[in-house]
Amino acid sequence: MALLEIEDLHVEIDGKEILKGLDLTVNAGEVHAIMGPNGSGKSTLAYVLAGKDGYQPTAGEVRFNGKNLFDMTADERAAAGMFLAFQYPLEIPGVATMTFLRTALNAQRKKRGEAELSTPEFLKKVRDLSGTLGIEPDMLRRAVNVGFSGGEKKRNEILQMALLEPRLAVLDETDSGLDIDALKIVAEGVNRLRSPQRSFVVITHYQRLLSYIVPDIVHVLSAGRIVKTGGKDLALELEARGYAEYQEEAVA
Amino acid sequence: MNREVTIIKTAAENALAQTFTQARTRLPGDDAVAAQRQAAFDVFTKEGLPHRRVEDWKYTDLRVLMREAKPLASPPDAAARTSAKTAGAVLRDIDARRLVFVDGAFVAELSDVANLESGLIVRSLGQALADGDPLLTAHLGKLAPAKDVAVALNTALMGDGAVISIAAGSTIERPLHLVFLASAKPAATFVRSLVVVEARARAMLIESHEGPPGSDYQVNAALELFVGDEAHVDHVKIINEGADALHVSTLAAAIGAHARFNAFTYTAGGAVVRNQLFLNFDGEGTVAGIRGATLLKGSQHADTTLVANHIARDCQSREVFKTVLDDEAHGVFQGRIIVRPHAQKTDAKMMTRALLLSDRAEADNKPELEIFADDVQCGHGATAGALDDELKFYLMARGIPEAEAEALLIQAFLGEAIEGIEHAGLREALMESVAAWLLARGRVGDA
Repeated sequence: MALLEIEDLHVEIDGKEILKGLDLTVNAGEVHAIMGPNGSGKSTLAYVLAGKDGYQPTAGEVRFNGKNLFDMTADERAAAGMFLAFQYPLEIPGVATMTFLRTALNAQRKKRGEAELSTPEFLKKVRDLSGTLGIEPDMLRRAVNVGFSGGEKKRNEILQMALLEPRLAVLDETDSGLDIDALKIVAEGVNRLRSPQRSFVVITHYQRLLSYIVPDIVHVLSAGRIVKTGGKDLALELEARGYAEYQEEAVA
Repeated sequence: MNREVTIIKTAAENALAQTFTQARTRLPGDDAVAAQRQAAFDVFTKEGLPHRRVEDWKYTDLRVLMREAKPLASPPDAAARTSAKTAGAVLRDIDARRLVFVDGAFVAELSDVANLESGLIVRSLGQALADGDPLLTAHLGKLAPAKDVAVALNTALMGDGAVISIAAGSTIERPLHLVFLASAKPAATFVRSLVVVEARARAMLIESHEGPPGSDYQVNAALELFVGDEAHVDHVKIINEGADALHVSTLAAAIGAHARFNAFTYTAGGAVVRNQLFLNFDGEGTVAGIRGATLLKGSQHADTTLVANHIARDCQSREVFKTVLDDEAHGVFQGRIIVRPHAQKTDAKMMTRALLLSDRAEADNKPELEIFADDVQCGHGATAGALDDELKFYLMARGIPEAEAEALLIQAFLGEAIEGIEHAGLREALMESVAAWLLARGRVGDA
């Protein structure tokens, strides 16, 4: 069953067209990788899906779980199961990580008509998950991402994902700025969440991450469109040969 | 050609003159106090109400903002006393010794003056003036800047207030809470308090000011605070006046050597508020935290004016003031750090931030440093801006609705100031107040 269906999506940012007729279908349980050169529109796609202000489509359709995604605000999309792991997670001074996690989880549950988790249930859940991601309890008491290293911020994104249990997780260059150990921890965190119901869109510039999160399908995004789709071997090919041929193709 | 310019007196100025003429013989105190009152009133007569061409009052033009002067409040009647029982509710969970003032007059039967801790003396100013209490002779009027017109009016017309002394070495566990309540009568009150904390003593002093909406009462409150060497004093002021009230209050403090001093002001009520802090660091090696959180909406105007005067060496002061402004509210922060020639090694840092929730709100920040010593570390910063859309999106992308995301960010913004309060119960009470203010903003409840 198709969880995410993108048809002929066009998006302009500040009057410049970034996505130029993008098509993509992600079925439940699949892991898709989207690779592409800088400026091809990868992060724009991530923001459009998450519902950032200023990232509205000029044409095309996106259905998420059968519903028109553009009818939903960012928080409604999250409650419906959309999750974006940010390329650059933000620091929120004054908001403790625990407060943030709890507010987010309970807001989503409330919107879905589910009961809020009790304090012991919540604490146990966060403790268990953070343990598997190597996140120290001290980090959870600190303000969200304030004073966290790049790797800690990315692990914190994965913790949020694991806690919120989305239907679709979009990982926007989650590998950027990670050393190999952190990359493995993050990849393991993602792999633990793989299930027949949950799908992933892994956006990355490099093949490296895909050795650890092995995708079902790999797409090449260039100049705002998917220009090639293949299996996991396509990522290795790209690593060996670069994006040059696709950039030329897109221009031609 | 030299011509004396006569400024036409405003209706409020004329009314104040009349009030003083009528009241001066009835106001408490001996001849010396009467002379002190007259001298203070002469300052007012000469200067008039402060207006925008007086630099320290540039943003709070009382000639314009104070259209009329209300008559002096009469002693509170039974109804007014009854309403006082629920006053200070923000702090209901804090075990404090309450001293209650209704319409500027001390109400003994509502106050908790039994079983005072050893070393603690509490009196009403009215009584102390009538008795010629030597504590007043030694201290009253010694700190508050006589040239400041708000202080001058307070000195001229002071009726009642609290007089508190804490003996050397005493630790007063329960906070002292001065509850100032205005009843529905649109009157003027001039309360004056004096607190003398001797060496090595420890105390926490809270003053809360509140009153009903719909009454354009006027409050002029002044507190002179002496902090002895090695004493530890926390002062907290909560300004929750009614929506139509005019509130001017002054804290004048002299802080001794190796002391710890914290002052916090929470401002959420009143149509026009002027909060003045004049702090003298007289002794070396003192550490001070001066903070404030202000939340304004509608057409509220609130002005915090701070002078931190470093006279002695080796003191550290941190000033953090946060203001949240919605609708057409107007917030003002004027902060001046002065470092006198002998105040070497002073470490003073002032930060003021305004968060504008509306395009029509206005924030004026005027930080100033006047440094006359050469070996100091001083700095100030001021910012004004809207809520960060990127942060809001991050929160919303995690499923937090917009109004709740805004509330979380506003709480976090004010938290930096409020978290400086050492008393956990008070900190929580103020954060709850902030949450209630955000809820009343109307948008959180809709979510």
